[in-house]
Parts: sequence; structure tokens; C-alpha cells
Amino acid sequence: MNFDLSDDQRMLVETVASFVKKQSPVTRLRGLREDAVGWQPAVWQQLGELGLLGVMFPESVGGMGGSFVDAALIIEQLGTTLVPEPVIPALVAGSAIMAAGSAEQQRRWVAPLVEGKSVLTLAHSEAATRFATDAVATRATRAGAGWRLDGDKRWVLAGHAADAVVVSAQTDAGLALFVVPRDSKGVEVQAVKTMDGAHAAMLGLRGVEVGADKMLGEPGAAAQAALEQALDVGAAATCAEGYGIMRTALWMTVEYLRTREQFGVKIGTFQALQHRAVDMFVECELGKSMMLLAALTVSEGAAAPARQSAVSAAKVQLAQSGRYVTQQAIQLHGGIGVTDEHDIGLYFKRMHVLCTLFGDEEFHLTRFARLPGFTEGVSAS
Amino acid sequence: MELAFSPEELAFRDEVRAFVREGMPPAIRAKAAVDGNFDMHEIMEWHKVLYRKGWVAPHWPKELGGPGLDTARRFILVEELELAGAPHLSPFGLSMVGPLIIQFGTDAQKQRYLPKILAGEEVWCQGYSEPNSGSDLASLRCRAEDDGKGSFVVNGQKTWTTYAQYDDWIFCLVRTDASAKKQAGISFLLIDLKTPGVTVKPFLTTGGTPAFCETFFDNVVVPRENLVGPLNGGWTLAKALLGHERTMIAAVGQSARAIRRVKRIASETRLGAGTVLDDPGFRAKIARLEIKLRSLQMANYRAIAGAQLGKAPGPESSILKLRGSEILQQAFELAMEVMGENSLTWFNEAGVVPPFEQWVPSAFNYLRATTIYGGSNEIQKNIIAKMILGLG
Ligand SMILES: Cc1cc2nc3c(=O)[nH]c(=O)nc-3n(C[C@H](O)[C@H](O)[C@H](O)COP(=O)(O)OP(=O)(O)OC[C@H]3O[C@@H](n4cnc5c(N)ncnc54)[C@H](O)[C@@H]3O)c2cc1C
Repeated sequence: MNFDLSDDQRMLVETVASFVKKQSPVTRLRGLREDAVGWQPAVWQQLGELGLLGVMFPESVGGMGGSFVDAALIIEQLGTTLVPEPVIPALVAGSAIMAAGSAEQQRRWVAPLVEGKSVLTLAHSEAATRFATDAVATRATRAGAGWRLDGDKRWVLAGHAADAVVVSAQTDAGLALFVVPRDSKGVEVQAVKTMDGAHAAMLGLRGVEVGADKMLGEPGAAAQAALEQALDVGAAATCAEGYGIMRTALWMTVEYLRTREQFGVKIGTFQALQHRAVDMFVECELGKSMMLLAALTVSEGAAAPARQSAVSAAKVQLAQSGRYVTQQAIQLHGGIGVTDEHDIGLYFKRMHVLCTLFGDEEFHLTRFARLPGFTEGVSAS
Repeated sequence: MELAFSPEELAFRDEVRAFVREGMPPAIRAKAAVDGNFDMHEIMEWHKVLYRKGWVAPHWPKELGGPGLDTARRFILVEELELAGAPHLSPFGLSMVGPLIIQFGTDAQKQRYLPKILAGEEVWCQGYSEPNSGSDLASLRCRAEDDGKGSFVVNGQKTWTTYAQYDDWIFCLVRTDASAKKQAGISFLLIDLKTPGVTVKPFLTTGGTPAFCETFFDNVVVPRENLVGPLNGGWTLAKALLGHERTMIAAVGQSARAIRRVKRIASETRLGAGTVLDDPGFRAKIARLEIKLRSLQMANYRAIAGAQLGKAPGPESSILKLRGSEILQQAFELAMEVMGENSLTWFNEAGVVPPFEQWVPSAFNYLRATTIYGGSNEIQKNIIAKMILGLG
């Protein structure tokens, strides 16, 4: 076992940390909250040029062939200043294409993403999916040589401005994944705002016709497995960003305890608040440990049950630690913590979004407890 | 001991229910039906409906415009209005400065201010906190100097003044003797927000609503007759007010309404073949919170029954504030959880999420304040440790 960063990883972290500090302080998110897109294509391209969008993808699509751990380290840094570019949705969509698509499809869609020239996202959630992959109502039916898609997707992150969308749909032969350019005929886009200052889309698919080359692999078990893996990449990524947020919220709060005075002393001298800060710190350390567990497991390409166990455990930990740390961060800031003007509330909001995406606490708790490993070694035989 | 309400009390409850059915204006009723958020205009409209019925100030003495209800009936009234989804009235006049003027004001002050508070003609806000004086309120610096011509001249800043932008008057704690010990040099002053030199600057909460303001005073001339209680005696008034605030802040009714909303959302949110409300895990979670609320409600009943026997709300009111504020937050956390991805919604147009869910994310953010305002929960714990447990 070894949890040290390699020299390359250390350099990577330094690059991103300096990038976010100089180019994307929290004021940038503030400025983009009311923007119709909510991120900047120039910055997206810059992320691509820095190689940050390609670390986890193979060289065949222009990536660096690195691991998901590297991606997680990047995402953690992006969380520290709430960088608004849609990195997580793009990596999730990219992962689905890498897992299910042909080499040609991978090059066609993932290579421009790696370069920062296009934005991809995943459209899976529907009114009744509740984070799972077994209740998709969107239908894909044969239309000539291609397919016709009908259905309603909800809360498609960055879906209002992404170039193409990976859509999950039900066929007679099981679940299938399609890449659908957003400007395809019959795609209805309703842009909506999300709590963290970003935007998403409600996507109506009204008889959208796509060629056979837009289907990733074959319908059925393989497509479903690819989707589940992509969703787990998303969940593990939220744990990484969530840790970046927790850590930032903790240290902002500690700094506040050191400077704010009441009753003629720094409030950090009150033992009740010291203990609270310690609890926050402990939660951060646990959150970090679990985000590493998830990232390493995903990186190794572990089999589904092991991957699900690690990712679900990390996501439950994120919900518990992340919620506690950001709630207490507001509490210890007092009134100013409840103002829009102060950044701490933005971290709180983003944390809620991360806790919800790709499966909330209840979903992952249930999944964790249903995995075969959970009852392994219990029977007396 | 006697748990149940008496038949007379139950009859009163039916009367309240009937009144709500018939007396609530349609636009307000429509919003109440989905637990919507009310704007100041709607709040004041409802205030006036209750005023005409004589129920706007259930806790005021009859001779000053109260309905003359005993404590149990007052409680029933408040709880029923809450469960009906009615707007929350602005508490600053009715529950804060009003009772204080009743207790400490001169007859002239009572005649001048109380009728207009009742009628909703003058709306009040609270000017206690300052940027550097929150939990340590007694360190406040906003000062009022005697100009020798029958007036005070006020200079300084208040902050977190809830809804001051919509209001007419502010009641302030001001420093009138800089040389005295902290608490000893403070007075309680009523200030007309239209006076020259007063500037009110609203700002956004994390809930995305302009619910509080910074209020600046620049050589504001305030007649001496606006002083309530003795000069430099304001701290006693401030403490008296705090007791009122805390029993109110238990928010039992508000939490009950929030839990009901959780169940409604759960019943309309699909999960597997059924709804979230069918799911044993979620049911258990909701039940756990409801039981917590039940224990708070019982504690509140006990406090109220105590008050009926002539006891004033003591430090026990801190318990109600402590648990009440947490339960309210938890109810909204649970609502968010039940909503699933719909909980990401932020001020989107109607229809993006069901009406019941529309305001939940905003409240979920804003309500982090319940454990901060009215004396933070850390301060309540300090009080309980010291005053009840005799520690420190
Ligand atoms: C939404 C909202 C509405 C409000 N409306 C009004 C209003 O209308 N009028 C008005 O006058 N005020 C209002 N307030 C102000 C409110 O009363 C103060 O925010 C509160 O008293 C806390 O003060 P502070 O914000 O300065 O925090 P601080 O006092 O600086 O506290 C910061 C943190 O330190 C903790 N702390 C402080 N002292 C101690 C101690 N001795 N031991 C342990 N912990 C301690 C606090 O609990 C808190 O967690 C409002 C506040 C909010 C959030």
C-alpha cells in the first residue's frame, strides 16, 4: 500500500491549484451565475490544452492514458474555487462512450472533448429513474437504418449548451446508449437553473432520428454495464470535488474563528467551537479517505461489485461528512454565513448538488447493503 | 395531569378551522394549499383579515386589542393557522415591540403605537445586531446622544435587519452612556425609518431572497418621547423580549407543516413501482423526525401549561429554541432528499418541479439561519448550562 502522490501527480496538482487560483477564483462563478451558458468556452479549451480533460482517457483519443485517480486529483482542486466548467458531466459522458462505443465512435466524440473543443454530457435521469438504470422509459425504436428516440430526460447537467448528449433509452433488446448532437431535429431543450449557480436542461426527445452510427455498441447488458460504470465515475468524481469543497469550507471557517471577535476574544477560543472545528476536520479526513478508496477502485477497473461497493461507501460518506462540514461552516460564520455575498453559502449549495448527483445517500446506502459482499461470511457453513 | 384539550377547547379549534375555510382570501388560499412562499403584500393582507376577526394578536391583553384567549386557545389558534399554510405574520410589531410597549411603555406610547401595529398600518423591524455585535449584543456601538433640545441624535449601523426595506419603524438598542459598563449604557429607542439620515440597504440571503438589510443612521434626530423604559435601562427590555422570541422560535407548527409537506412530496415522487412514501426506509426516516417533533410539541405544551399557572417562560424556553430550530432544518433536509434531483431546482419557472417543491430549495438554504438568529444555538446551550445545570 502506498498513498503518496507520484512526482507527476504532485506536478499535476500544483498546475491545477495554480490555475484555479489565478484564473478561476470564486468571483468567476459569481459572475457566471446569471450567464445563459454558465461557463466560458475559452476556459474549457484552456482546460483541454493543459491536458486536464484527457488525463483519464487513452492516447487513442488524444488523452494522457493516465488514471481516474489523476482525474480525481484535478477535480478536487477544481472544487476548491467552484470552477464552473462542466468537467464531471463531460467525463461521465466520455466514460460511457469509451466503455460502450467503437474505436471510431471514441475518436469521433471523445477526442474533441479531450482537446476542450466540445462539451459532452449524459442524459439519463427521468421522472421515475431515481438514480437507477433499470427504469428508463425513453424509447428507441428502429427507423430505417437508424433509430428514433422518444422520451423526457431531466436535469441534464450542462445539457442546455453541450454539443452532444449521451442518451440512455430502452429498446426491445434492452437498454441502449446513443450519442445525440444537441441540435438534432426533435430535441427540445428547456434550460433550467440549478442551486449551485449552474444550468442544466430538461430534454424532450420528440421523434429524434439518429443514424445507426450514433448507437454505442449493442443494446442489452453491455450497454447497461457501461452506463453503470459511467455513473460510478460520476459518483466517484463528486466525492473528489466534494472533498475539495469540504476542505475549503473547513479552512475558511478555521480562519474565521481565528479572526472574528465576540465578548472581547476571538471566537476560536471558545472550546465549544474548537471541538466543532475538530469534528469538521475529522469528517474531512474521512471524506478524503473514502474519496481515495472510490478513485483507486474505479481507476483499477475493478469488477462491478467491488466498484459499486467502494463508490457507494464513498458517496454515503460524502453525504454525511460533506453535509456536516458545510452546515457547520455556515453555523460558525453566524449571520454572515447566510448571506449570498459570502462564499461559504456557495460551497454549501454545491455540496448539496454533489450529494444528490449520481445517486444520493439513500440510494447508495441501499445499493451497498444489497451487494453480495455485504453478507459475505455471515452464514455459518 | 390532563393530556387532552377540553371539549370547549376543541370547539374553539373547530371555530378556527371554519374561519380559515371561509375567511382566507382565494389568492392566499391557493398558495397556502401548496405551502407557497408569501410576499410582504400577501402577509399584510392576511394580517388585516386576522385583525378584522380580532385574532391578529392572540397574546395581547384584551383591553389593548387582544382577543382575551387563554394560553391553550392561543396555542390552538397559532397551530391551526400554521397547519392551514397561512402566511406568517411579521413578528416584530406583534410579538416583539408590541408586548414590550405594553409592559414598559407610557400610556401615550401605548396609544400612539399599539393600534397601528394591530391594524397593520405600521410595520416594524428589529435593530439589535451590528456588524461587530452579534452574540455579544451588549457590545453594541450605535450611539444616541442627547442634543439638549428634547431629541437624540443617532449615529451608527445595524445589520441583518429582517425586511427593513418594507417597513415603517425600527426598534433599536442604542448606546446612550459610553462611560458605563457594557449593559448599563444601553437604551431602547423607536425610530421612524422615514427620518432623514436613515438608509436601508437590502441584501440577498443564501435563500436567494432579499430577506435582510443593513440599516445606517447618519445624524438621525429622534424625539426623546420615543425612548421606551428608563434611559440606560434598555438591557432589561432586551432580555424581556428574548424570552418571548424563544418560545415563538420553537416553530412547532412550522415544523409540523414542513413534515406534512415532506409526506406530500414523498407521496407524489416515484420510486420503483411505487412512491417514496411507500418505501420503508424513507417512512422510517420521516417517522423518526415526526417523533422528534412530537417530543418538542409535548415540551412546548408543558411550558405553556406552566405559563397558564402563572409562570413566566424561563431558561427552559432555550430548550424549545434549540430543538425547534434543528427540527425545522431537518424537515427541509428531508424534503430535499425526497425530491431527489428535483431538489437541484433554483428559481425556475412554474412547472419545472411540482408546486409543493418550488420553494423548498430556497427555504433549505435560508433556514440554516434558524440555528443562528434569536440567540444562536451555541448561546442557548451556554444559557442552559449556566442557568439550569448550574455549570460555569
Ligand atoms: C436570517 C437572519 C435574520 C436576522 N434578523 C435579525 C433582525 O431582524 N434584527 C437583528 O437585530 N438581528 C437579526 N439577526 C442577527 C442575529 O441575531 C445574529 O446573527 C446572531 O445574534 C449571531 O450573531 P453574529 O451573526 O454576529 O454571529 P457571531 O456572534 O459572530 O457568532 C459566530 C459563531 O460563534 C458562535 N459563538 C459566539 N459566541 C459564542 C460563545 N460565547 N460560545 C460559543 N459559541 C459562540 C456563534 O454561535 C456562531 O456560531 C438575523 C440573523 C439572521 C441569520
